[in-house]
Amino acid sequence: MANFFLDNKDLQYQLRHPLMRKIVELKERGFEDKDKFDYAPVNFEDAMENYEKVLEIVGGICGDVLAPNAESVDHEGPHVVDDHVIYAEGTQRNHQALIDAGVYGIALPRQYGGLNFPMVPYVMTCDLISRADAGFANIWGLQDCAETLNEFASEEQKQEFLTQIQYGKTCAMDLTEPDAGSDLQKVMLRATWDEEKGTWLLNGVKRFITNGDGDISLVLARSEDGTSDGRGLSMFVYDRKHMAVKVRRIENKLGIKGSPTCELVFTNAPAQLVGARKMGLIKYVMSLMNSARLGIGAQSAGVCEAAYREALKYAHEREQFGHPIIEFPAMYEMLTNMKAKVYATRALLYETTRFVDVYKAYAHISNDRKLTPEEKDEMKQYQKLADGYTPLLKLMSSEYSNSLAYDSLQIHGGSGFMKDYPIERIYRDARITTIYEGTSQLQVVAAIKAVTTGLFAAQMQEYEKNAPKAEMQHLMDTLIQMREQYQQAVEAVQALNDGKLLDFHARRLVEMAGHIIMGHLLLHQASEVDEYAISAETYIKEGKTLNTARWEYIRDFKPEHINMFEYIKGEFTE
Amino acid sequence: MNKPLKILVLAKQVPDTRNVGKDAMKEDGTINRAALPAIFNPEDLNALEQALRLKDSIPGSTVEILTMGPTRAAEIVREGLFRGTDGGYVLSDRKFAGSDTLATSYALSCAVKTINPDVIIAGRQAIDGDTAQVGPQVAEKMNWPQVTYAEEIVSCEDNVLTIVRRLEHGIETVTCPMPAVVTVNGSAAECRPRHAKLLMKYKHAMSKTEVAELENDTYKELREQRPYLVINELTAADVPADENELGLLGSPTKVKKIDNVVFQAKEAKRLSSSLEDIDSLMQELISNHTLG
Repeated sequence: MANFFLDNKDLQYQLRHPLMRKIVELKERGFEDKDKFDYAPVNFEDAMENYEKVLEIVGGICGDVLAPNAESVDHEGPHVVDDHVIYAEGTQRNHQALIDAGVYGIALPRQYGGLNFPMVPYVMTCDLISRADAGFANIWGLQDCAETLNEFASEEQKQEFLTQIQYGKTCAMDLTEPDAGSDLQKVMLRATWDEEKGTWLLNGVKRFITNGDGDISLVLARSEDGTSDGRGLSMFVYDRKHMAVKVRRIENKLGIKGSPTCELVFTNAPAQLVGARKMGLIKYVMSLMNSARLGIGAQSAGVCEAAYREALKYAHEREQFGHPIIEFPAMYEMLTNMKAKVYATRALLYETTRFVDVYKAYAHISNDRKLTPEEKDEMKQYQKLADGYTPLLKLMSSEYSNSLAYDSLQIHGGSGFMKDYPIERIYRDARITTIYEGTSQLQVVAAIKAVTTGLFAAQMQEYEKNAPKAEMQHLMDTLIQMREQYQQAVEAVQALNDGKLLDFHARRLVEMAGHIIMGHLLLHQASEVDEYAISAETYIKEGKTLNTARWEYIRDFKPEHINMFEYIKGEFTE
Repeated sequence: MNKPLKILVLAKQVPDTRNVGKDAMKEDGTINRAALPAIFNPEDLNALEQALRLKDSIPGSTVEILTMGPTRAAEIVREGLFRGTDGGYVLSDRKFAGSDTLATSYALSCAVKTINPDVIIAGRQAIDGDTAQVGPQVAEKMNWPQVTYAEEIVSCEDNVLTIVRRLEHGIETVTCPMPAVVTVNGSAAECRPRHAKLLMKYKHAMSKTEVAELENDTYKELREQRPYLVINELTAADVPADENELGLLGSPTKVKKIDNVVFQAKEAKRLSSSLEDIDSLMQELISNHTLG
């Protein structure tokens, strides 16, 4: 009878953010669907009530179905039978429960059977589901592929594929190959036009494909003969009904075991081109990756929540030296910092999601009519913010989910190392978040642009305009000092005028920005709701110390110090 | 070919007795309903699922809920709409106050005659009274056959239901002509969840009495445009029922005294995991016929 939405005040708070009014109005465009669909909202409050009620349904399924199934799913995992994937029994039940609740297609337009929810409530479902079973969050979250089709596919393709989502048809995005991981320009899978059959045919191998046997697959393939870089790649959509893709094997993974990670063999698999040729990597995969990274942010938030709750519960239950262990300073310090990170993660997650929501809504509107110059400017501004914040979110949230899982297991002591408590699974599940959809190191590469262009600093100054509650002014003062220190660090690195050194210090700079931005978001929340006050204080205190360490490292670094690190390149091991 | 069925589910809003605090009972031994959250009686949800499956199997069929209770019992009808029913009725009247199972089944049977369904499906019993009498009494009053302890309605062919019953020593498959009353066991399939689109469609559905209690009715216009957002209400006069058989007047049951029963498990035995202990336990269980 647990409900993961109703028991989470933080999510409910994020849902009521003032920017939601704008987001809903852009998304519902004057509530014009109300006369066409009996489930469309008639006004803002009506729409918000819909989100709350549907999140309550999903939260209930998470508490009553997904979470209780998580252990057996982790144990059993999926199997390959006759070249196709069979989900673990618990996974099948999870999937069916969400189909029965009519929530698949949550973010798709109603004309394709969707619920037309903005990104914020959709991302909340990912957050909820991940807390219950981080592996299942992948199967659910691959609905992102449908959103990519919605953005770039033809009307006929949308009618054909998007209308299947509401019945629980699942998706996959087939990008990675044995020799093309982080570097997708190396994709080799061939797409050839067959004049006789009048279709594109795909041939080749894909590897590490999450839910690779899904019903609808977006496939990145080389359509231009004789090319070898990203400009020869196009995006295709393949329907499982053709049965022309075999699952060669499922990877045996450390965590998220319920989510099948497949090696796929395409043999003359008929597929349709999505959008324009040669734009596969440059345009469509970039969009796909951005929503996938937001998804990992949500997955990380869910893992953080689960890890924190397990730790809190155990620290109250476990007695040593005659007291529950939560009474010892080492324990309550850890728990307090964990809680602050849960809130900080979610604050950044939904701030980013709101930026994405506004610009995506404008992008969809621009397909139907010309935007006014003001609207165009606003869209561009939000898109810039979304592009800067998304890799920052992916970096910070995934690292936090690992640090929280680590601390939570530590609080469990020896018991946490055993399979008897959920934290053992959560710890393994967390590990992938800093790796897939771009490693933390690659998120830094993506986020550093927002450091060097001054986007992050400008946004910090924007936040500084929000006057906090009087008794929290000292925190605002600290954040302003931190911003000045950060700008000093950025200038110091830029003054070196050396790309290699910028790369070397990039993570330090991005993390400094992360601490300040998340500090601002928490401070603002604390000014509105007392519950956030301690977390804001402890997070900013900790962030200040961490940033000072980074600043001092940068300040004292001489360009020739890089040689100490380059030396390692000459070392080898058997 | 089966003709479409008009299916009626009897459902009750009950206090959640699974989560009882100190103030659950009043001085006079009756339940303090204000202290307990009101929920959809669990076995009535099992009944609802059977009804919805029967509807799914015969195109054109409908499922409606009939619930007797105060104004807020409209929540039960709404909950049904969120899960796939076509509507429902709140049977509500001050004259029903204090009804025991006899008076309740009389009132319900009067309403059933007005609604005129092909089949009635109800939960085995409600968790507040645990009598399991109302379903069977309605069947008696209607003079319809009844199938109790149903676990699954397997099929419906030529106006005959095939039903699996869960009994103490096994299962039994029976057939039964309609009209009939079926009461469903808690071991039957769980009810499907709320459906997101139905929830959004019906969330403003209200009875007229509920609307009258609103301070300001934001969705007045919407309810005028969409008649399916009005939940039917029936009073004693609507059905119609003989006032002498209703409420306290029509209830021969009188509560004389309530005792608190506290279970005390004293006869606990501790066994080790040795083969000898397991062996002796097996022999004991076989000799007292718990096993075998």
